[in-house]
Amino acid sequence: MSLINHFRPGGKNGVPSGESRDPIGYLVAGLNRLAQSDLIDRVKLRKPAEQAVFTVTRSGFKTLTAASRTFAKQGKPSEPGVRVAAAKAKGVFDLTPTEDEQMLVDVVTEFAEEVVRPAAAEANESCEAPAELLAASLEIGLPILGVPEALGGISEERSAMAGTLVAEALAKGDLGLAVAALAPGSVATALGLWGTDAQQQTYLPAFTGDDVPAAALALNEPTVLFDVLSPSTTATRTDDGFVLNGVKTLVPRGAQAELFVVGAVLDGKPVLFLVESSTPGLAVEGDPAMGVRAASLTKLTLTDVKVPADAVLGDTEGTSYAECVRLSRLAWCALAVGTGQAVLDYVTPYVKERQAFGEPIAHRQSVAFMVANIAIELQSMRLLTYKAAARAAAGKDFSREVALARTLCAEKGMQIGNDGVQLLGGHGFVKEHPVERWYRDLRAIGIMEGSVLV
Amino acid sequence: MAINLDDPKKFRPLVGQAHQVAMNMLRPISRKYDRAEHEYPKELDMLAAMIDGLSESGASEGAGAAGVRRDEGDQDTSVKNGANLASVMSIAEMCWGDVGLLLSMPRQGLGNSAIASVANEEQHERFDGVWAGMAITEPGVGSDSANIKTTATLDGDHYVLNGEKIFVTSGDRADAIVVWATLDKDLGRAAIKSFVVAKGTPGMRVERLEHKLGIRASDTATIIFDNCRVPAENLLGSAEVDPKQGFAGAMATFDNTRPLVAAMAVGCARAALDLTRDLLAQAGVTVDYDRPALTQSAAAAKLLQMEADWEAAHLLTLQAAWMADNRQPNSLEASMAKAKAGRVGSDITLSCVELASSVGYSEAELLEKWGRDSKILDIFEGTQQIQQLIVARRILGLSSAELR
Repeated sequence: MSLINHFRPGGKNGVPSGESRDPIGYLVAGLNRLAQSDLIDRVKLRKPAEQAVFTVTRSGFKTLTAASRTFAKQGKPSEPGVRVAAAKAKGVFDLTPTEDEQMLVDVVTEFAEEVVRPAAAEANESCEAPAELLAASLEIGLPILGVPEALGGISEERSAMAGTLVAEALAKGDLGLAVAALAPGSVATALGLWGTDAQQQTYLPAFTGDDVPAAALALNEPTVLFDVLSPSTTATRTDDGFVLNGVKTLVPRGAQAELFVVGAVLDGKPVLFLVESSTPGLAVEGDPAMGVRAASLTKLTLTDVKVPADAVLGDTEGTSYAECVRLSRLAWCALAVGTGQAVLDYVTPYVKERQAFGEPIAHRQSVAFMVANIAIELQSMRLLTYKAAARAAAGKDFSREVALARTLCAEKGMQIGNDGVQLLGGHGFVKEHPVERWYRDLRAIGIMEGSVLV
Repeated sequence: MAINLDDPKKFRPLVGQAHQVAMNMLRPISRKYDRAEHEYPKELDMLAAMIDGLSESGASEGAGAAGVRRDEGDQDTSVKNGANLASVMSIAEMCWGDVGLLLSMPRQGLGNSAIASVANEEQHERFDGVWAGMAITEPGVGSDSANIKTTATLDGDHYVLNGEKIFVTSGDRADAIVVWATLDKDLGRAAIKSFVVAKGTPGMRVERLEHKLGIRASDTATIIFDNCRVPAENLLGSAEVDPKQGFAGAMATFDNTRPLVAAMAVGCARAALDLTRDLLAQAGVTVDYDRPALTQSAAAAKLLQMEADWEAAHLLTLQAAWMADNRQPNSLEASMAKAKAGRVGSDITLSCVELASSVGYSEAELLEKWGRDSKILDIFEGTQQIQQLIVARRILGLSSAELR
């Protein structure tokens, strides 16, 4: 890099690369350097600023990933794994969940209300889900929701609908914590859906046991206009397996994860790979984002990571990968619906209590209509998501349905987050109320790929 | 019981039939009656006879305006896909053909919905097979239908109606008109009742027919009632002025007709969407559902957004009908469906005109016509704003006095 480039303002601090400085600009830049210098702190010109936890995370750790467990190889690599049957389609238009689904939703709803919501603000600040909360999420069976009954899980048939309802109910408590709690189950579900006998026998016992590992489905990459179906991460064949290279971002709980499912291109097709965190060449660092902070988002760098030949999860034609992307998007839609419901439930009493000009602001059409539109679009999002989920569970093609759900959830979900803050005015902008967090969380819909799966 | 939002299997034959009718009967005369406003679409008589035949044979599952009645007292608790779902689905399909012609369909008027919703058994039988239009709006009264000025005064065994009604669909063609009038202006909305006035009743005359933006195949009449004597037994429902019940009874009609109007918007919008998708494909633009919209062309991204909005309107409409089929109160959902379908109907049809450029704007295609037809669907049977008001009141738990 030339000296001139070094002094250019562009390409950093959010300044477009074409910007240039005039003489006053250079003067101001120089003053800023001085202002940042430790010198003035040493002569006590400024009170030392307290460093917030999240900045430590941001600038902080870059470690080899957790290596606490070795997964002993079991089972037959050439045999297909156990698969659950598709849900039986009855052909009747129906909005009623099954009794089992309803029971599950009731349990998760209570958990979301009593455990998740109270922990949400703190978890957002610390970028970490409380250990007790994660432990409790194991107790209600979140990681094994999509694991076949025959392998110690609870799913008798395709669990996409149940998973959708659970994700929605959980996100009503908090989206970030929902992602943190659902991340391990996403990998377990993926193993249930595409794992070989050997992969299921090797990894699933850990998920169905008492000491469930953190695990993450890593599909996102730091690319503008990112297209998840064409990742930059590559897989190259070797004599006894593959070598992976690339960077994955916004990976939930990557620092604790013991098992990753990573997307990479092999022979021009996107493919899923199982990567144990103890594999040499993996590095993880904090990657906090605008929202979803409780999920301890991380950046996962893969440098010449060697994986064995049986690390491929699913097929190498791109079919399992595409299916995985769709099911993941479905889960994000469900999270959007739950968060949207949280917004509606919060603003409804607020606008009825908040007084302006001598009456509740809810008595004004401009306010009331905003609430009405939140309700209308939220139900729209829910119906589209359920339709896609029910088709997925029944084993029907749902690529169109999930694309429509995602389109609507991204657009209207953000609108709901935006209106949620607007309805509270200045009070919505401060952290005393959760609407600002929902605003940040809802921006994730339509951006996030992977991480969660139903 | 299990969640499934695919179109009910049971109605595939019905919808298929409606689609064939829409395609082969309505589309070929669609432009003809758009141009020849006020001319009676004589082709519809044969179609109406066919529909009557279908409903008598039971094959239609109660499709059409007569299908909105709810039978109380049935103890069966299994999930039903019944007459309401059948109605919205077949109406959407017919409006994929032509909204104006669907509205002109003999014996399928909104007045028939009112009769189906509020008539007693005896009236239900007596008015069976009668083609009934609906007269609510007045020159000074639109959305605030509780303020209507048309009066009904009891004189012996007749009511005497006086007043002026506008925007009466098929007002000149229908066999009868269901008229909203007040028994006593001082008693407010509870005193508003509906009356069936047969065509040719002395004192009732069609003043003029409107020239409109869209749905030009459908006649819209102004009707004057000048000391028009109507038999007392033509008052629909109870003659009693019950402040608790009264207006709610009349308004119940809307809970039943709103999903139908939403279905009209859904059908009309799908016509525009289907053609535009085809035209864009011919121009080399197709949607890849798995790829991000932002990496596709703007036209493809718009198509994806419109399809998502359309699907939302479609599913909200099915939800409202499904709830009615399963005897759940659906006033909120009916208004949600109409609000969403109404605005989405306008956005989709107008955006399709834009996407198709001059092909969309020219009368050589039907896109511009659908762009005009769709507008009324966000207005009649409760405007967009009225639907939002209803939804807001329900969600917020506010009365009409609190949220005006």
